[in-house]
Amino acid sequence: MNVKYKFLNHTADAKFQAYGNSVEEAFRNAAEATANLMWSTKKVKPRIKRKVSITGKDREQLLVKFLEEILFLLDTDDFLLCSVKELSIKKEKADYALEAWFLGDRISDESEIFGSVKAVTYSEMIIEGNDHYLIQVVVDV
Amino acid sequence: MKLKQISEYIWEIPKQGDMNVPAIVYSSPSLLESMRKDLTLEQTKNMACLPGIQRAAYAMPDAHQGYGFPIGGVAAFDMENGVISPGGVGYDINCGVRLLRTEFFEKDIKKHKKALLDEMFARVPKGVGVGGSIHLSSKEIKQVCTKGAQWAVEKGFGREEDLERTEEGGCLKPASPENLSPRAMSRGSGQLGSLGSGNHFLEIQKVVTIYDRETSEAFGIHSEGQILVMIHCGSRGLGHQVASDYIRLMENEIGTRGLPDRQLINAPLKSKLGRKYFESMNTAVNFAFANRQMIAHLVREAFQTITGTSEGMEQVYDVCHNVAKFENHKINGREAKLCVHRKGATRSFGPGHSEIPEAYRDVGQPVFIPGSMGTSSYVLAGTQKSEQLSFSSTAHGAGRVMSRRQALRSFRGEEIKRELETKGVDLRAKGWRCVAEEASQVYKDVDEVVKISDSLGIGKLVVKADPIAVIKG
Repeated sequence: MNVKYKFLNHTADAKFQAYGNSVEEAFRNAAEATANLMWSTKKVKPRIKRKVSITGKDREQLLVKFLEEILFLLDTDDFLLCSVKELSIKKEKADYALEAWFLGDRISDESEIFGSVKAVTYSEMIIEGNDHYLIQVVVDV
Repeated sequence: MKLKQISEYIWEIPKQGDMNVPAIVYSSPSLLESMRKDLTLEQTKNMACLPGIQRAAYAMPDAHQGYGFPIGGVAAFDMENGVISPGGVGYDINCGVRLLRTEFFEKDIKKHKKALLDEMFARVPKGVGVGGSIHLSSKEIKQVCTKGAQWAVEKGFGREEDLERTEEGGCLKPASPENLSPRAMSRGSGQLGSLGSGNHFLEIQKVVTIYDRETSEAFGIHSEGQILVMIHCGSRGLGHQVASDYIRLMENEIGTRGLPDRQLINAPLKSKLGRKYFESMNTAVNFAFANRQMIAHLVREAFQTITGTSEGMEQVYDVCHNVAKFENHKINGREAKLCVHRKGATRSFGPGHSEIPEAYRDVGQPVFIPGSMGTSSYVLAGTQKSEQLSFSSTAHGAGRVMSRRQALRSFRGEEIKRELETKGVDLRAKGWRCVAEEASQVYKDVDEVVKISDSLGIGKLVVKADPIAVIKG
């Protein structure tokens, strides 16, 4: 199986690269990487789902807002992401629009949370590719 | 990068390219070596490129790579041409440190230590998600964001005297919660009175060395062996969201073109958006003050339950180390109002400053520099000299040198716990992984950081305290 994402060294924060054959796939894998800094997505069951609809003025802003959604749902709804489904990105006039479903579960006493992500930054951010996409993100932990 | 050594601990990146002022790095050869390994120096140089920056961009001895500003970066901007930058404050707005002193001694605490640790662990919420001490309605959260620690004291969490011994009296003005996004409010509503995770902690310490007895007595720290409690945390999801929201608003309104780093996005201090960020940042500052106020109360309750008394548990002070504030400083011999950004740096007002509580006015404000897990923490006193050297600022901690990933490969949480126990330090944490990530070896030598601060005169050494019990978020 192809590598979906990879964590890289960063002195104070956490840095990862996510890959995909489309920008959508790379975005999905970036979400998985972000969640796996806090819990193991493999251990979360897809019991509930949350609709995600966001816009951004460029792809970088769209990515920041998309990943931030994981943190928002955790802080406000105790939601743990398991996987991302039906993700689509469209260019609408000047903006980018993203829609997706987050599948996951609520925090319970059995949930093993091993880290926290405070925010998604633009630091060292990369979004590039045509056939194969590469995304690089540094998050504040 | 080429640096010019000015004196033993002062290095300069001379003004070049787009820099408006030079950059000054306070460091030793060994700490400078670790700064060279990442983007610390580049980021310090980038600060110097921002409009309206005064005198110099500064990096404190514990500086390390951040995003936008380095952590440990200090920059002051003039009101006319200057800017305010969310990336110059950081995501964890008013992350800070509160220190309580007690009239207990190590020998009194010994038999209670494990029970105390368990009681504090049970009472103080930590970790991620909703789980704060109370759930707030949107009306209540607006009150918290307007009144800060005062709100908590009014609700019975702590004492009136605590407020006098908090930077800014525990409340920054003007704060306008009506400018907060619904997202920021909902992230904050369930998290007040919680420690959070990552490098945040709650620690019982014992005084091991008093360097300056006159000053330490003014702070109420009088004896070796005296027990202190240190609280390190910030504004939780609410503060993180304020930073993210305003970075985005500035991108959309001002644009990112011409910035050396997108995280350096900023708005003119005179602009409506700059003002709005400042007032929203203040709401997060107040949320954090209230947060530490509530945790201090929970700590006192834990001591009351286990030892039968919380008498004498007075607050020494509470400092913020991620903030932007308007202060008066001397520029070319003239007093000027500036917007001072401290990102991972502590204010260090010296003796005589009117902003310091009266009890401390003769000796300077207390400054707290926590070490890493299991290592010493320090109490310093602010100095008048720091005014000229660093816009009244000094270091805020040890500063990381090793990535979390590398730490996970190098250490095991269980082993660290055992090692600490042999040193007499008990540890309670939510998970092992966080313990491994925060191993003391991943941080710079805090002893070296405070030595530089003291030698330069930007923060004077007063007390050294060692941990005896640690709670990690």
